[in-house]
Amino acid sequence: MSAIPAPARPLLSGAMLVAGREIRDQLRDWRILAPIALLTLFFPVLMNFTAREAVGFVNRYGAPLIGERLIPFLLMVVGFFPISISLVIALESFAGERERLSLEPLLATPLTDAQLYLGKMIASLMPPLTASYLGIGVYLIGLAVQIGWTPPPALLLQVLLLTTGQAVVMVSGAVVISSQTTSVRAANLLASFIIIPISQLIIGESMIMFWGRYSILWWILLALLIMAIVLGRMGMQMFNREELLGREIDILNLRLGWRVFWEAFRGEANSLTSWYRSVLSETLPRLRGALLLMAGLLAAGYAIGVHLASIYTLPADLVRLEGIGEGLAEQMARFGMLSGRGLAWVVINNVRAMALASLLGGFTFGVLGVVLLMTPIGLVGYFAANVALAGGDAPRFLLALVAPHALLEVPAALLAGAAIMRLGLAVISPPEGRSLGHAWLTALARWARIMAGIVLPILIAAATLEVFVTPLVAARLLAGP
Amino acid sequence: MDAIFTEALTKEFDGFTAVEDVNLHVAAGQILVLLGPNGAGKTTTIRMLASILRPTRGRVVIAGFDASVDPVAVRRSVGLLTEHHGLYTRMRAREYLRFFGRAYGVARPEADRRADELLERYDLGESAGRRLGEYSKGMRQKLALVRALLHDPQVLLLDEPTSAMDPASARTVRQGIASLRSAERAIVVCTHNLTEAELLADQLAIIRRGRIIALGGPHELKRAMLGDPIMELRLSGSLDGAVRLLPPGARPIESGDTWLRYRTAHPEVDNPLLLQALAEKGMAVVTLSEVGRSLEDMYLQVVGAADEAEAAPT
Repeated sequence: MSAIPAPARPLLSGAMLVAGREIRDQLRDWRILAPIALLTLFFPVLMNFTAREAVGFVNRYGAPLIGERLIPFLLMVVGFFPISISLVIALESFAGERERLSLEPLLATPLTDAQLYLGKMIASLMPPLTASYLGIGVYLIGLAVQIGWTPPPALLLQVLLLTTGQAVVMVSGAVVISSQTTSVRAANLLASFIIIPISQLIIGESMIMFWGRYSILWWILLALLIMAIVLGRMGMQMFNREELLGREIDILNLRLGWRVFWEAFRGEANSLTSWYRSVLSETLPRLRGALLLMAGLLAAGYAIGVHLASIYTLPADLVRLEGIGEGLAEQMARFGMLSGRGLAWVVINNVRAMALASLLGGFTFGVLGVVLLMTPIGLVGYFAANVALAGGDAPRFLLALVAPHALLEVPAALLAGAAIMRLGLAVISPPEGRSLGHAWLTALARWARIMAGIVLPILIAAATLEVFVTPLVAARLLAGP
Repeated sequence: MDAIFTEALTKEFDGFTAVEDVNLHVAAGQILVLLGPNGAGKTTTIRMLASILRPTRGRVVIAGFDASVDPVAVRRSVGLLTEHHGLYTRMRAREYLRFFGRAYGVARPEADRRADELLERYDLGESAGRRLGEYSKGMRQKLALVRALLHDPQVLLLDEPTSAMDPASARTVRQGIASLRSAERAIVVCTHNLTEAELLADQLAIIRRGRIIALGGPHELKRAMLGDPIMELRLSGSLDGAVRLLPPGARPIESGDTWLRYRTAHPEVDNPLLLQALAEKGMAVVTLSEVGRSLEDMYLQVVGAADEAEAAPT
C-alpha cells in the first residue's frame, strides 16, 4: 500500500468544478431563471421607457438637470436588481446544501475548503452578475438608440464596479450568515443583516448620483472593497469542514456561553491580586499591535481636527483665550466642577461613551467604536488649531484645559480603543478550532478584563483630575498675560 | 500495515467529549463493524476517519497517510457512504457520478466506465437517465454507495449502508460489501442491523458514549461475553450414562431424556472425543451441534454491563 500523495488539484480547477455543477443546477431551476431573464430583458427596456419619458417630461418644464441625473441613477438600478438574486442563490448554495444534507458527501471529497468556498462563491456570483452586465448592456443600447445618450467611461466603470462590489459583499455576507445556520429559513431570517445595510447603501448611492457628486462613489467602492475583504476572510475562516459539521449552532446555550466567558475573564486567578497580575501580564501584551494602531488613529484624529479647522474656521473672538481665566474656576464650579456631583457626572459620561463605543465597535468590526473615540481627540485638535488661527497660544490652551486630565484619559482611550478593536475583529478571524461564538465570548471576556481592570480605574482617576485639578490649572494658566 | 489505524482518537465539541481514546486497527481485506446506540459516537468516528473532522487528540492513519499531515490524500483514499445519502435531486445518475468522479480526481472516461459498471452491478443501469429526485429511497441509497465506490478507494466507510433498502436490495448491497472484502480493501460499517453485522464482521467494535467497550472477532466477543460455546447432543435413545462420557474439559449444563447440553472451551477437541466414546458404547447420535447465541444477546449484555457499571455507586 503506497503512501505517496497524488499531486494536489490547482485551486481554480477544483473551484470551477464545484461552480460548474452548481451553475448547471441553478439553470434547471425556473425560480432562479425566470427573475434573471425578467430583470435582464424586460426590466432594462422598462427603464429605457422610463428614462425617455422622464427626460422628455422634465425638459418640457425646463429642468433638464433632473433628466441628466436620472439616467445614470437608472443605470445603477438596472445593474443592481439582477445581483440582488445573488443573495438568494448564495443562501441556497451554502445553507440549502447543509439543510438537504448533501454537503457531507462533498466535504468527503479531496477538494479543499478553499476550493469549495471559492466554487460556491463563483456559482453564486456568475449568473446574477452576467444578468446584471447584460441588463446594463440592454439599457445602454436602448438609450443610445432612443435618445443618443452614452455614459462617460468613468461613470460606466463606477457602476460596473459598484455592481460587482455589492454582489461580492452580499455573497460574502451570505456565506458568513449561512455558516451560522443549518436551514435556509434561518439564513433568510438572518439575511436582513445584509439586506438592510445594502438598501441603505443603495439609497446613499442614489442621493450621491442625484447630487451629481460622482467622485464620492470611488470612496464607496473603497469601502465595498474593504467590506468584501473582511467578509471574505470571515467566510473563508468559517467555511471549513470542522465548522460546518462539527458544531451544534442552532441552540443558544447560555450556560456554556457564560462558562466560556467566565473562564476567560477569570483565567487561572484565585485572588484579585493574581487576577490583576494576569490582566497585566497576559491580556495587556495581546493588545500591543492594536495599541500601536490606535495610537496612530488618535494622532490621525487630532490631525483631521486640525485640518478641519482650516476649512471651517471659528470666528476669532469665540476662541480668544485672553482673560477667560478670570473667574473661570467659579464658572466651572457653577457647572458642577470641583464637586463630588461633578465627578460622578464625568465618570458616568466617560463610562457611557466607552460603553457606546464598545457597542458600536461590536457591530462594525471595531470601526465605529474607534471613530467615536477619535472624535474628542479630533475636537481638541480642531479647537487648538482654531486658537492658533486666531493668533492665540495653542500649547497654553492644551496645557490649561486638556493636558491635566488627558494625561490619563488618552491612555484610557488608547486601551479602550485597542480592546474594542480586538473585540470587533474577533469575529473576522476566530482562532482555529473555535466557533465564532466561542471566539467572540473569549474576546468579550478579554475586553471586560481590560475595561474593568485598567480602563475604569484610569477613567475614575482622570475624571478626578478633570473635576478637581483642570479647573484650577486652567484658571491659573489662563488668568491673564 | 493496517489500512486503518487510530491511536487514542478523541474528539471534543465545546467541552463535550463525543469520542474518547478509540484505538482501531483494520487490515486490508477486513471488515470492521461499529455497533452502538444512537449518539454513541459512531458517525463522529467515521467523520474523523474520513478526515472531515479533525481529532482533538490522537492519530488517524488511512492507507498510510496521516490525516493530520495530508488530509487531502486521506480523503482521496476513502470512499464514504454518509448516513444521509444527500444526492443532488435535479441531476441524473451519470452526471452526478461524473461530478464526484472528477472531484476525486478520476479522469472522465474512467469515471464513466466505472459508473456504468457499478450502476449495472447495483441494478441502477436502467434508471441512470432519470433525475435523482425521482429515485426511491433504496435506489438513492444504492447510488450513494456507487458514489463511494467510484474512485475505487482503499478504505470504505459505510454508515448504515442498507438502512433504507428492501430485503432484496439489502442483500445485493451486503453481498457487494462482502465481495469488496476479497478485493483487499479495508471496510468500516456502522449499522444497527445485528444480523448484517454478524454476516459481515471480521471485527466488531461496540461503542458507547464515545468509548470502545468491546472489540474483537464476533466469535471471540461472544465467547468473552456469553462464555464458552454451548453444544447440544441428541441421541436416538436414552441419555443413560452419556454424561459420564464427557471429556474433562466439557461441563454439562442441562439435560433431558434424550439430549444433553454442555459447555466446552475447545469443541474441536472435545466433540470428537465424545463422539468416539459414544460410538464405543454403541449409543446412536442423532445430532451434535452448537446452540446458536445471537449477536443481539452479546450486544445487549455488553451495553447492559457498561450501564450497570456506570450506575453502580463508587
